Parts: sequence; structure tokens; C-alpha cells
Amino acid sequence: MNLNQLTIKKTQEGLKNKDFSSVELTNACLDQIKQTDDKLNAFVTVTQQEALEQARNADEALKNGVELPLLGIPIAFKDNFSTQGVKTTASSKVLEDYIPPYDATVVKKLKDSGMVMIGKTNMDAWAHGSSTETSDFGPTRNPWNTNHLPGGSSGGSAAAVAANQVIAAIGSETAGSIRQPASWCGVVGLKPTYGRVSRYGVVAMGSSLDSPGPITKTVEDSALILQILAGKDELDATTSPQLVGDYSKNLDKSIKDLRIGISSEYFIKGIDKEVEEAVKKAVLKLLELGAKQEDIKLFDPKYAIDVYTIIQRSEVSSNLARYDGIRFGSGREKFMEEAKRRIMFGTYALSSGYYDQYYNKAQKVRTVIINDFKKAFEKVDVIIAPTSPSLALPVGATKDLSMFGEIADVLVEPSSIAGLAGINIPVGFSTSKLPIGMQIIGPQFSEELILSVANQYEQASQNEDWRRLKPKL
Amino acid sequence: MKYTTVIGLEVHVELKTNSKMFCSCSADYFGQKPNTHTCPVCLGLPGALPYPNKKAIEWCVMIGLALNCEIPLFSKFDRKNYFYPDLSKGYQISQYDKPFCVSGHITLSTGKRIGITRVHMEEDTGKLIHEVVNGKDVSLIDFNRSGVPLVEIVTEPDFETAEEVKEYLQKLQQIVRYLDVSNADMEKGNMRLEPNISLRKDGETKLPNYKVEVKNINSFGFVSKAIEYEINRQAEILDNGKTPAQETRGFVEKNSSTVSQRVKEEASDYRYFPEPDIPPIRWIKQEIENIKNSLPELPDEKVTRLAKELNIKISDAITVSDNIKASVNFEEAIKIGIKENIDPQKLTNFIVNRDVNLADELPASIIKQFIQATAILAVNEDELDKIVEKVINDNPRAVEDFKKGKETVIMFLVGQVMRQFKEKVDAEKIKAVLTAKLK
Repeated sequence: MNLNQLTIKKTQEGLKNKDFSSVELTNACLDQIKQTDDKLNAFVTVTQQEALEQARNADEALKNGVELPLLGIPIAFKDNFSTQGVKTTASSKVLEDYIPPYDATVVKKLKDSGMVMIGKTNMDAWAHGSSTETSDFGPTRNPWNTNHLPGGSSGGSAAAVAANQVIAAIGSETAGSIRQPASWCGVVGLKPTYGRVSRYGVVAMGSSLDSPGPITKTVEDSALILQILAGKDELDATTSPQLVGDYSKNLDKSIKDLRIGISSEYFIKGIDKEVEEAVKKAVLKLLELGAKQEDIKLFDPKYAIDVYTIIQRSEVSSNLARYDGIRFGSGREKFMEEAKRRIMFGTYALSSGYYDQYYNKAQKVRTVIINDFKKAFEKVDVIIAPTSPSLALPVGATKDLSMFGEIADVLVEPSSIAGLAGINIPVGFSTSKLPIGMQIIGPQFSEELILSVANQYEQASQNEDWRRLKPKL
Repeated sequence: MKYTTVIGLEVHVELKTNSKMFCSCSADYFGQKPNTHTCPVCLGLPGALPYPNKKAIEWCVMIGLALNCEIPLFSKFDRKNYFYPDLSKGYQISQYDKPFCVSGHITLSTGKRIGITRVHMEEDTGKLIHEVVNGKDVSLIDFNRSGVPLVEIVTEPDFETAEEVKEYLQKLQQIVRYLDVSNADMEKGNMRLEPNISLRKDGETKLPNYKVEVKNINSFGFVSKAIEYEINRQAEILDNGKTPAQETRGFVEKNSSTVSQRVKEEASDYRYFPEPDIPPIRWIKQEIENIKNSLPELPDEKVTRLAKELNIKISDAITVSDNIKASVNFEEAIKIGIKENIDPQKLTNFIVNRDVNLADELPASIIKQFIQATAILAVNEDELDKIVEKVINDNPRAVEDFKKGKETVIMFLVGQVMRQFKEKVDAEKIKAVLTAKLK
């Protein structure tokens, strides 16, 4: 097995036992990027020199017995995370030459944990999309089939992890942007509770929704990274003071009598049959482990689309106002169609006379949706549903479909606008050899629980045939 | 035609907190090298987030309480969206429909109450500097001021004269200085005034259907001038049967006039919405009580108390309470004085009449000056009488000259009396006794 194919857990062990060095590990990832990224375009920037220098430093530290959770392990960041001294473009030409003078809190925390930053990954420009096809630097392709899309907006991060270009990556989700590409690329993607992980330094999209989180090869790795990222940040007033759990500790805790909620509203009309079957099969596996299924009734997720669209566009129109052409290099003429559409939409929704009709009403419906979930979580511990109603769609699918993302993300939007925790895990493949993902949604701050459920499934399905599939690149 | 002037006032007060409103940069920007007091937050860099300054919020509430406002238990910040190059984020974080303080008032010396609609918290903008660099006209931006905490105090349209506006401003300035939350220095821009002025026909009660806002006023004196100018200008337009334009005008110092800057056809659309980066503020009653209890004694209360407790004139009490340091020194001096059997009103007279610099003089030294200056009072009246008699008897020629009308001789006699005392004594008093005896 090549080093770049390892998980965080395995690289930790290997580095500690001196089976290989961080430089060797980093080079393995850099080689894989070199060999595959022409096809995938998962990276906007590869920081080869800096990465190798960090790797050499890590090897030195390892020699000196320094113990840090990510010491010497290559990580990639979605290109909307501010990285000091390294271009941060949000995949928009407006920021093509912008080099931040500071690190996002997430970046800083991972640096402090000893990671090697290998580069910045591609995304839908400004995170406006669910395909990574709208990047101003060209689309990213799905490693399982390069004629297909990786999903988005954290498509670069998901593809890079799936293609073993990196050991783990960081993404951000406003509504689906971690879970959906993780689903289409067959990797684990965790969207933490809103306010669990700091947004400081993440180029803002929908400020009341944005949640940074890990994209990894295993659930165990996801827990490990969340442990580093979670917590109150004195630079983000919306982070919660709620105590951080021990996410790795209970990964193997029995799920006997766990109440799994299944809502028929989430197996919507038009859902891909293979997706539906794979998810139902995965639920059966959890029932075999002692969990219990409860049928529940949630609001039709289609209502969430309207709420999400209005709130997110409104916030976008304000968040993008600072790119006025005075600073950051390029001017407004570099905004592409989608960004301009969102600015127009949001500006309209916030205008006096329309505010009550749109933004205010959306916030009211948002409260109704939050309460709907609250009620549901009185009856069940977690809710399980497909992450995406479809398999990875072919390249070009988003053309002339301005609401593409909202429809592709219909199953993740309700939990996003309610600020809940959710995780995507792979549960199989289609006959066309495209990955299928399932999401486990829990109440706010239930990361310990959903990680545990996800891990139980992952362990129990370890011997299934599809687990041995590898992307052919 | 006769008109009544209708004036409302918006005042911005810059707080003197150590750090800015939403980041830890120093808020002390005055006279600093441009763009040295900046960070990702106040520069509005991509991804940076505001973290509210707790002290600034408490100070805003203090101002509200000092202005007799109600403090709603729920409040929040909002984004005010507009484009201007000195605005780093493309929006200003302000407060829209849930300000920290509402429904207060200031009472003028006439007893008239000026209603305070609201007191809210916001952030200052950067500053544009227009210069010629290498022969080219350029506009530069200094973000040192960006994010400095500002409190905006909005009144009802309750003023009818420039004098009322001036007194209100003096009182407001005195209050924020008492609270020690702002230097309230007009010249440094710590306090910025925007009156809006309109006229209505005498006897009408409805608000006029237009108003004129005047900006660029940097002294209390200029406010009066701007108001006087506007009253005349608007009256002339109204006399001609027209309505003055709803607009923003700038004050021009050199001829004390105003010029049109921007005509507002309707209210600007700032597309306010709740600031998603800052959770709403929910006070518990006890927190507001604690802030209330931390307020110092305010000027009006102090004046009333001093007048009553010390039995001094209201006008004197106002003089000695001009600023908090003066009032503290004054009260300390009174205390020492009482120990020395000095009557508070006499001491107050001395301080007021001699224009003693209360803020800078030590209380003990004030008492010393008082004792020296009034030592004659300690002189026994009988003894003075005797000495005066003796001097009159010893100097018959001088007495005769005086009686013949050579009145300047009196000063010679005063000198003779003074020589008999070791301490310095009040010449006026001696002169009075002498004159009485000689006549």
C-alpha cells in the first residue's frame, strides 16, 4: 500500500514507529497530486515547498519525541480558509491574487497540532454551488469517474481525499457542501453543529449557516480532527461555550436500543433507486447491531429550499459587498454569473418593503423547521436519510440550472438551516461504480453520538465487497 | 409670516475604550501613522469576524441610563449596507430596530424636557484623505478609525431655538465626561453633531413635510450659526410659498452658511438585517441594575444635593459642578473647611468670585488661600476699632487733609493701620472702618 493511501490513524502509528518519515509521506501525497491532478483539478494551489519544509520540521520534532496529534500528517484546505502567506481565492478570479496576512482559526489549530499543509483545494466560486463546476479555475472531476462531478462546494477537498492525494482535508458546509461531495466521492464528511467549529478566517458565504468540518477516509479520522477543531473561539462570537466532547472515546460504544428515525419525506419522489436501496440496507445493518427503527414524519424538505435560498442569498449579498475593487486585487467585473445572481436576489430580498415578505418570513419558517426537528428528537436519537437523492451527476449537469445546488442539496438543507450536526458515510456503490452516501443527523452538539453510529456501521460493513474498490486514475 | 422652528438632533459620541468595537486594535487613533491600528477585522479582510467589546456595550447602556432611558432586555446588532470607500466591509455594524436604550430625556434649565428617542451602538468608519502624490490627485484610505466604538444619541424634534440646542449639547457633553466614557472633544471629532431643522407655521402642530440635515459642524458655536442661517433661509423659501428641499447640507465655516450636499428624494434603503456574526444580547435585570449602581452622581443630582446640603446658591452649585474633578475637589475643600469652622457659602463665594481653578487646585491649598485672603475676619472687631482710633489720633494732619477733601490720604491711614497687624489684612475692610469713623 502506498503511504498516501493511509488514514490519519495509520500514519500516526507509522510515523511514531518510524516506519516512514513525514517527508516520505508528504512526497507520496505530492507525487499522487502530480500524477492525478491534471485529470481531477482538485487543487487550486499546491504548496509543495512549504509542505516539504514543514515535513522536515515535523521529522525533527518526531525525533525529539514531540507528541502532537497531526505531527507530520499532510492536510489540504478548501480554498476559502485564510492561510497566512498562501493565496486564498475562494475559487473566484476576484481573489485570484489575494494573499491573506492571517490564518483562519481552523488552520491555526491544525498548524498547532503539527500538520503539514499540502495545498488549497478547488470549490464552487465563493462556495456558491454543489458541483465544483462553477469554479473560476475550472471544474474538479470525480475520482471514481472523471466524466462525473465531485459535488460541492467542497468538491476539491472530497475528491482529493477520495483520490488519496492527501490524508485528510477540511471543507465547509453552508447546506450540504461537506456532506454532498463526500457522498458523491465516497468519503466521510462531517458537518458539525453551527457554532461548534470557528468560522473565523473562512471567506463568508451564509454567515448564519457556515460550518467548517473534516473530510476524511474513516469515521475515526473524522472524530480525531473534530477533537482539534471544536470549541469556543474568542474571535468568533457565534461559537458555543458548550463543553467539547471526547469524540474518539465512544466510537465503539454499543448502539443497542438506539432509536433511528426514518422519515418517508426524505425518500423523495425521483430518488435514485440504487441510492434508496443502499441506504435502506445500511439501516438494516444498524438494526442488526441492536438499534431500533422509528418511523417519523418531518416537514417536507422542499420548504427548506425556499428558506435556505432567501437567507443565504441575503447574507451573500452583504458578505460580498467588500469586494468593491479597491482592495484584494480585482474588481467587481470578475464576479461571474452565479455570484451576480445571488447578489441581485439577496439585495432584492433585503430591500425595504420586501424584507418582511422574504427575509423575515424565511426566519419565521426557519424557527418552525427548528421546532420540527426538536419534536422529532424527543422520539428518536438520530435521523437517517440518503445524503443526496442522486449519484454523482455528469460533468455539465449544472449548466443553465441556476437552482441546481438547492435541488441537489434538498436532503441536507433542513438540517443545515436548523444548525444540526450531520455526517455522510459511504454505504456502497451503484452498478455504474459511483459511490452512495448516507447521512446521520443528530440534535445540536450530538457529534459524539453521530460519530459513534457512523463508526459502528463502518466497522460492521468492513468486509463488504464494495469496500475493496479503489478509484482508477 | 411667523414660524416655529422644529429641530431634532443626532449626536455621535466616540467612546474612549482601550480597544475598538469588534477587535483588539487600539482605539486611540488620533494623530497616529495611517493604517497602523488595524487588523483583519477592522480592515474587513475576507473571513474576519467581529467580536463585540463588552465594555463599549456597557458604556453605551451607562449613557442611556444617565439620559433616563429604558434598557430593553433584548437587543441586537444589525448590518447597515451601503457603499463608501471608507467602509471596510461594505456595511456598517449598527443597531436598527432593537437599540440598547430607548425613551429617555434631558431636562433643560427652563424645565423643558428634550425627549431622547434612542441611544445605540455602532462602529466608526475609516477616513478618506485626498492628496497629491507625485503630481497626481489621489484618494487614500486610513483605517485607523475603522471600528472605533460610536454611540449615537437621537432626540425627538423637541428643540425650538438654537439656545436650547446649545444647552442640551453642553449637558450631554458634561454627562459623558462625568461618566468618563468619552473625551467628548469636538475638535478631535469625539463628538459629532447633526441637527435636522425645519419650520412650521405658528399654531400648527403637525411636523413639517420636509427636513434639512446639516453636517460638518465641529463646534457648539457653529451649531447655533447653522441653525440661525437655516431658519432665515427656510423662512424666505416658505414666505415665497415654496417648500424647502428635503436634503443634507454642509456647514461652511468661513461665512457661517450652509450649502446643499445631497438631495434625498426618499429615505435611503440600507437593507438592514440582523448581524448574523453576533448573537443577540439578552440582559438579565440584575446586570442592568449593576450598571445602574456603577453610575457616578450625575451633574443635575449633584447640583441639587450640594445646594441643599451646603445651603449654597443653585448658580454656585452649577459652577462648582462643571466637571467631576472640580466637584470632587470642591466637596473635599468644603469638608476641610468645616473642620476649620469655615462657612460653606462663604467658601463657595470665595471660590466662585475669585475664579479658583477647582479642577487643578488641591483642596488643602484652596483652604489655605481662603484663610490668607480672609484673615481680617479673624481679627477682633474691637481691636481693629482701637487701632483705628489710635491711628486717627496719631495723625491729625492727615485726618485734617482728608476732611478738607483730599480723599487719597485715606490710603496712607489704611497703611498705618495695617502696620499694626502681623498678618495680612483686608485693606477694604480697614478702609470702610476708617471712613466711617472720619465722617
